[in-house]
Amino acid sequence: MKLKTVVVLLVVMMLTPMLFAGGAAEAEQQVSAPVTTLEFWTWRPEDVDFYASQIAIFEARNPDIKVVQTAQKNTEYNTILAASLAGGAGPDVFQGRAYGGLATFADSGYLEPLEPLMPELKSYSATSLLGATSPTDGKIYGSPAVSQTVFMYYNKAVYQELGLSIPTTWSQLLTNFDAMEAAGYLALGNGAKDGWTLETMLGGMGPAFYGGTDFFNAVVAGETNFLDPKFIKMVEKMKSLTAYMPEMYMGIGYEDMRANFFNEIAGHLIAGSYEAAYFAAQNPDLDFGIFAVPGESAADPAYVSVYADMNFAMNAASKHKEEALTFLRFLSSKEFGKAMVTDLRMVTSVPGVDASQDPFIARVLELQKNATPYLFLVGFRYAQPTGSSLWQALAQGVMGGTVTPRQAAEEIQAGIASYYKPFQN
Amino acid sequence: MEIKKLRKGAWITFFVAPGLLVVSVFILLPLFMSLYNSFFSWNQLISDRFVGLGNFKRLFGSYPYKDRFFNALGNNVTWFVMTMLVQNSIGLLFGYLMSRRIAGNQVFRRIFFIPVLFSIIAVGFLWGLYLKPSGLLNSFFNLINQPDLRQVWLGDERLATLSIIFVNIWRWVGFPSLVFLAAIDAVPEECLEAAYLDGAGEWKLFWRVIFPLIIPSITIITVLTVIGSLNVFEQIYTMTGLDGAPNYSTDTIGTLFYRTAFGSVDSGSPEIGIGSAIGVVIYLLTFCISLASIYVTRKREVQL
Repeated sequence: MKLKTVVVLLVVMMLTPMLFAGGAAEAEQQVSAPVTTLEFWTWRPEDVDFYASQIAIFEARNPDIKVVQTAQKNTEYNTILAASLAGGAGPDVFQGRAYGGLATFADSGYLEPLEPLMPELKSYSATSLLGATSPTDGKIYGSPAVSQTVFMYYNKAVYQELGLSIPTTWSQLLTNFDAMEAAGYLALGNGAKDGWTLETMLGGMGPAFYGGTDFFNAVVAGETNFLDPKFIKMVEKMKSLTAYMPEMYMGIGYEDMRANFFNEIAGHLIAGSYEAAYFAAQNPDLDFGIFAVPGESAADPAYVSVYADMNFAMNAASKHKEEALTFLRFLSSKEFGKAMVTDLRMVTSVPGVDASQDPFIARVLELQKNATPYLFLVGFRYAQPTGSSLWQALAQGVMGGTVTPRQAAEEIQAGIASYYKPFQN
Repeated sequence: MEIKKLRKGAWITFFVAPGLLVVSVFILLPLFMSLYNSFFSWNQLISDRFVGLGNFKRLFGSYPYKDRFFNALGNNVTWFVMTMLVQNSIGLLFGYLMSRRIAGNQVFRRIFFIPVLFSIIAVGFLWGLYLKPSGLLNSFFNLINQPDLRQVWLGDERLATLSIIFVNIWRWVGFPSLVFLAAIDAVPEECLEAAYLDGAGEWKLFWRVIFPLIIPSITIITVLTVIGSLNVFEQIYTMTGLDGAPNYSTDTIGTLFYRTAFGSVDSGSPEIGIGSAIGVVIYLLTFCISLASIYVTRKREVQL
């Protein structure tokens, strides 16, 4: 008897909310528009607070849209995103990679082409748009957010202590290195344990030797190739820098390189603009500056390598495209771009943002006047074996002494020629 | 009678079904899916068209897949040979010494086994720190005034794989030790006594009596070593990274598979077709070599 009562009660309890639920929805529709929830994914767990504060601003202005942020680990982001998009789910708006990383998702049909929705994209710089465009169909699939620049960091305090000045020729740079070594500092903090940091190194010191944008355009067009003596000479120059790198540099990984510089053990570091905020956070007293690595004569242009790094993209299968577009527009606003500069110290791609308040960003923008595309990422990271994967491994061979610069150039050439049409003629 | 049989069958099904379901969903299904995926060419993340064995042909016949695959497989062979020779020999020695009840054997038993319980990722991370240029090991050589012995353990192409294997031996040697100890302890006392009475020395006793009787556990350890060596991944992932740095010298088919199937943030996009083909090859290799090693060692087993 008792059991029966309990069962009846349970059934009633389960059914009544359904009854009322129907009525409640009706009532709500009459009062206000329902709130749409957007899923937003990033690969920056370190920036969760920043995005939360920006989302709060957005939600205050758009009370009918709620944005839920999820941050995934950088190295696992692509895999998780690919799996959920392939499963027909995934976020409505998300941080997207640039170049080949964007093409992977765009060519699979997971990204919404943005040009028809956001005509303002036309005003972005060609460099940043290239990173958001699929080479397959030429459509723009991302709203460019951030660009990165690779150059030489130097310790200003040490420069002052030793009476050094920013070098205008390669030999002056080596003189500065020698002076630092003599004074007991490590001249150059870079290591070679993590292959990708050698691609950064190429981006920082290479362009002046291989000939910057002229070489880039020629090699992409197939008018020259990696057996070009200028490219091989660049590899030799890079190898020669090992004399100024830490003892046992082959065992120095990314974290150690950065620690070498922000702990003021090393006076120089070839690295990207994305490090500045980290250095300042690790050692607030560190007084650092940046310069472009010079070529052999002062007349040679000193380049910095630049690449688009992050786009905001929309899921082509999103059920709330209109709301997603509203949020994308917010992420592409000057206001948001400015916040990226001031709060994250990142070089925004949004045109017309005044970054002069932050001297570091202002200096990056000044160096960008002599920018050249980041060779392997921008030009050769669309098919396997990518120029990046070839270079990273072979550069380790060169730095470790098991591969000669010429062999490295030959293998890079052969690897890319296995699929790259302009190299096959 | 028939009903009884039926009932028994129903009960067996009842008990087997959950396990079978788990195995089917998490092992068999992925296996067949990767086999299925390997028969297609892929346009980025979307399967494109049926290519039959095309992906396998590219894997074994074209640059750079062929070079990468055989380089990685060669490293797996190094893993197997070194683990068999060093780890399992040490394991056998430890097991034997502990079975002889040397002083403190109860303590050793526990100490040897502790690293087996550690998380493989934690071990990789910590040893990654110890093996840095300025890490524990090199600092130790400085301390004992032997700076020439310092090496770039994880950054030197000749040393990197061996260093990681060494770390893995440190982590795992307790397992074969314990298996061999249990096997030696299970050798009937009367056999040993009989051998002693016949005047066999310790050396002869081990090779003529104990060794033939513990072949079943050697079979198990060998098969586990084969499987472990072919599937090695986490140790490399934590110590030298997905790219098998430096210059692919620590690459194994596990890291090659992961990199190819899922892509690597810093160097390239995924190729699911080739990646699936590598997955199928790993499975076939593990299956066939395990069968073969069971067959070979079974033949040497001795029945009392």
